[in-house]
Amino acid sequence: MIVEANTVRFDSISLDSGATLAPVDVAYETYGRLNASKTNAILILHAFSGDAHAAGISPEKGKPGWWDNMIGPGKAFDTNKYFMICSNVLGGCRGTTGPASVNPATGRAYAMSFPVITIGDMVRVQRMLIDWFGIPRLLSVTGGSMGGMQALEWAVSYPDRVVSAIPIACTTRHSAQQIAFNEVGRQAIMADPDWNNGDYYGGKPPARGLAVARMVGHITFMSDDSMREKFGRRLRGKETFGFDFDVDFEVESYLRYRGSEFVNRFDANSYLYITKAMDYFDLTNGHGSLAAAFERTEARFLAISFSSDWLYPSYQSQEIVRALRARNCDVAYVELESNYGHDAFLVDVAEQTDLIRGFLANTVEKAP
Amino acid sequence: MSAGPRGHPAKKQAFVRELLGRSDYAIIGDIVEPGTKVLDLGCGEGELLEWLAQNKGVEARGVEISGAKVQRAIARGVSVYQGDIDQGLADYPDQAFDYVILSQTLQETHRPRKVLGEMLRVGRRAIVAFPNFGHWRVRLSMLVSGGAPRTKLFPYEWYESPNIHFLTVFDFENLAALERLVVERRYFLAGHRKVTLVPNLLAEVAVFLVSAALAGH
Repeated sequence: MIVEANTVRFDSISLDSGATLAPVDVAYETYGRLNASKTNAILILHAFSGDAHAAGISPEKGKPGWWDNMIGPGKAFDTNKYFMICSNVLGGCRGTTGPASVNPATGRAYAMSFPVITIGDMVRVQRMLIDWFGIPRLLSVTGGSMGGMQALEWAVSYPDRVVSAIPIACTTRHSAQQIAFNEVGRQAIMADPDWNNGDYYGGKPPARGLAVARMVGHITFMSDDSMREKFGRRLRGKETFGFDFDVDFEVESYLRYRGSEFVNRFDANSYLYITKAMDYFDLTNGHGSLAAAFERTEARFLAISFSSDWLYPSYQSQEIVRALRARNCDVAYVELESNYGHDAFLVDVAEQTDLIRGFLANTVEKAP
Repeated sequence: MSAGPRGHPAKKQAFVRELLGRSDYAIIGDIVEPGTKVLDLGCGEGELLEWLAQNKGVEARGVEISGAKVQRAIARGVSVYQGDIDQGLADYPDQAFDYVILSQTLQETHRPRKVLGEMLRVGRRAIVAFPNFGHWRVRLSMLVSGGAPRTKLFPYEWYESPNIHFLTVFDFENLAALERLVVERRYFLAGHRKVTLVPNLLAEVAVFLVSAALAGH
């Protein structure tokens, strides 16, 4: 399945910070076919470093999408039945307007003049996209990690627009630990002299800082078990220690590779803006409590967490579920056994597929 | 602790299937009014809930401790929450359900009296089915062997049994009286038959429909 990237431009958007952004480009891809009554649309929401290319093979790079194992004919999000939309988030660097985009007022990249954005702003842009498609209600909104946070925001902010939500490995608000890891990443970028207060476009990007930030990120995505399995204490291409500070261990090599690879596809300022948006996210904002936040929610929910995920631990998903139960909402929840840590939502697809397939079929059956 | 059986899933599974195939579905199906809202505690793979949803059009929810069973329940389209029934009902608002079902699980809970109280807080009525420890075979097994009884109903070695609070028909009636519960209906079963005489001696399984004393007033 070769998929095409598309972009749509909106005149402007008012942001939670009070700022206005104009215009806003949104990069998106679609999979499957929208039915005549427009009732089979599912919005796929990407995680922090993801993009609109969720499934299929992109024509230019021949690369499969980040959730290609979940979206396609006969897969969890079955393209024979449903119409999936995935867009790059606001503040991103993969086609949607972000700090690397050119500010039409100055003719230069926004860089740090880009307004601080929130998960709510990202979702507002997605709603404009859904309006543009003329879709009255989404059959489901779903994603893992930051994608799950957006799914929750959808259910709370636009309760009449979502029939169901599948938040995976996520939270209603970042804990101190989650904010702390994000702050380490931001500081690594800002400590790189090449960052130059964010003004590096056209010059040398803060590659070292961004790579270090990503290395930290990758540690949080794995688990002690999965790292032991994958690397152990194995040495990289040598029999004995080098007695220097080149790569000795496999795990060092892996992290360096991941770090340097990331630099080629991600903008350091987007890293700052998007992690800040995640840290600001708190579903209780403006509601007082989680149960109050879900007051107008009529969606049914399937929440999934993973046993070895210590970045978004199961207790955070259970908080979502408990608040929904207190509101007497229709909610299913399971903690899947996995060794893969937070990465599980991307790799442990067999069990997720069974769950999501059954949940969606039941959602269609129950849909008004 | 446990909403579902531990230790001998295969044995328990076979037992439950046999029971459901025989009369539990029929009885619970008979009790539950169509179009109501039902919570099944320790719902396993959600077979009963699926049956009730399809045959009675109920809004079906479940709680189950075993992740593997919850997975299968959700995969079959039933909304099941993975959690613990000894504590897990606290989140539900009062009177959220028309019926709360506890099938073959009361004897496995740590605090059965509290669970029963919670069932009638979140539900208007409770349907409680349990194996009768007063059945003559159980009594005979203990009398003859001198060991903890092992029968078709209680097939486990004492050290492997998920059952931690054994009760009889007589015991349940007493608890219901103590809690001032209204027993609206009671069914006693032995194999495929309904038992009418001396149920405490002859019933293998009892099914009670109870409500709180002031319900409806």
